[in-house]
Amino acid sequence: MYPQDYRYTKDHEWIRVEGDRGRVGITDYAQKQLGDVVFLELPEVGRFVKAGEQFGTVESVKAVSELYSPVGGEVVEVNAGLAAKPETINQDPHGEAWMIVLKIADPAEVGALLDAAAYDALVASEAK
Amino acid sequence: MVAFGGWDMPVEYSGLIAEHNAVRAAAGLFDVSHMGQFEVEGEGAIAFLQRTTANNVAKLVDGQAQYSALPMPTGCPVDDIIVYRRSERRFLLVVNAANIQKDWNWLLAQKPSGCGVHDLSDGFALIALQGPKAEAILQGLTPVDLKQVGFYRFAEGTVNGVEAIVARTGYTGEDGFELFVAPDAAPSLWRRLIEAGRPHGLLPAGLGARDTLRLEARMMLYGNDMDETTTLIEAGLGWIVSLEEAKGDFNGRAVLAEQKAKGAPRKLVGFEMVERGIPRHGYPVGLDGEPVSAVTSGTFAPFLRKSIGLCYLPAARASVGTELAVEIRGRRTAARVVATPFYKRPR
Repeated sequence: MYPQDYRYTKDHEWIRVEGDRGRVGITDYAQKQLGDVVFLELPEVGRFVKAGEQFGTVESVKAVSELYSPVGGEVVEVNAGLAAKPETINQDPHGEAWMIVLKIADPAEVGALLDAAAYDALVASEAK
Repeated sequence: MVAFGGWDMPVEYSGLIAEHNAVRAAAGLFDVSHMGQFEVEGEGAIAFLQRTTANNVAKLVDGQAQYSALPMPTGCPVDDIIVYRRSERRFLLVVNAANIQKDWNWLLAQKPSGCGVHDLSDGFALIALQGPKAEAILQGLTPVDLKQVGFYRFAEGTVNGVEAIVARTGYTGEDGFELFVAPDAAPSLWRRLIEAGRPHGLLPAGLGARDTLRLEARMMLYGNDMDETTTLIEAGLGWIVSLEEAKGDFNGRAVLAEQKAKGAPRKLVGFEMVERGIPRHGYPVGLDGEPVSAVTSGTFAPFLRKSIGLCYLPAARASVGTELAVEIRGRRTAARVVATPFYKRPR
């Protein structure tokens, strides 16, 4: 269910490495926990974020959730259309609902993230 | 599931927005068995309710319900309630789940005379069927002629073959019914209503949709929008405060009469966000850069598709169009006072 070529955080973000860049979004488990997403706030292109630093906020009708960057780097692209259609996060969290693209500062940080199997196990333990 | 007033209740079933909009367009089914019920019974029932509630109980006829409150001498409510007149000497009070014990203590402290007060909360399950299709769905399950049950009226009869109080009341801003039945009859009634409602587009609806629906209709939530520190007039509930002669004296009358005549120092208003952002309970509210209060209830409104909320403002600054700021994650975000209810159902 969770793409094998992505890496994951314990806070339920994913990152897909594309060369020296990484595309970031939230997982299917995260969108299910949130429920209907109705609001999204993303950073400006050009901002530098550290691994674990907040880069935005996502809100469903019932909850507010902060978005944390899986790795450090410069925000080089933002999914500008997503804020106008936040329900895409519920519909296609691992695809169309990517949020930002980072120019990865230190590739070693990617290696420290969870792989799909480890993330699957985390979700299974949280769901209990 | 979420813990609420000692009950485990679902926040949502299929999805909050779908449930909310099903109630606006068709119907939704809510398990609100957590609500409390008291019976006030005896010759002195009317006199007791006249001095302990805000509204004029003498106006009720058998089979009629009335939105009311239990004011304290300060004019602030212990709770907001619905009073149902079953007969001249038998009334049912529906109270908020979180306040059952508090209301009970309060009513007993008012020294009922000529009547008894009984907590029947464990004796009733309460199922709310709400939405424009509610009557069509329910009529197939009851011999009660629902066309004869007007708004804030109720009938005692059978639904799904079991005894029920069928009340045309609710907390969604839509037409609909609340069904009081014995707890052991509730599961089969629930399933039967789901089945009968499915072809009409009915969805089971959780606490989440209940909250967004009531807020669009500007119905207040005790503990958020009003409490023991807000008078009924400040909360905009002057219409349930009766100063009629027939009503006589009651807790808080002096304060409430004065505020009704001269106005209260502050007022609960509805606002909508001008800038992007969702106001939520507790977020600070400012006027001209100065903090004045906090959001009492706020949400993204699923049917209206905008962000709305309620807050108290100084009466002089409470008119429609007033610009205010809601502090959302440290940022002052523009909002404006609007007329309420935010949503009014088409008739």
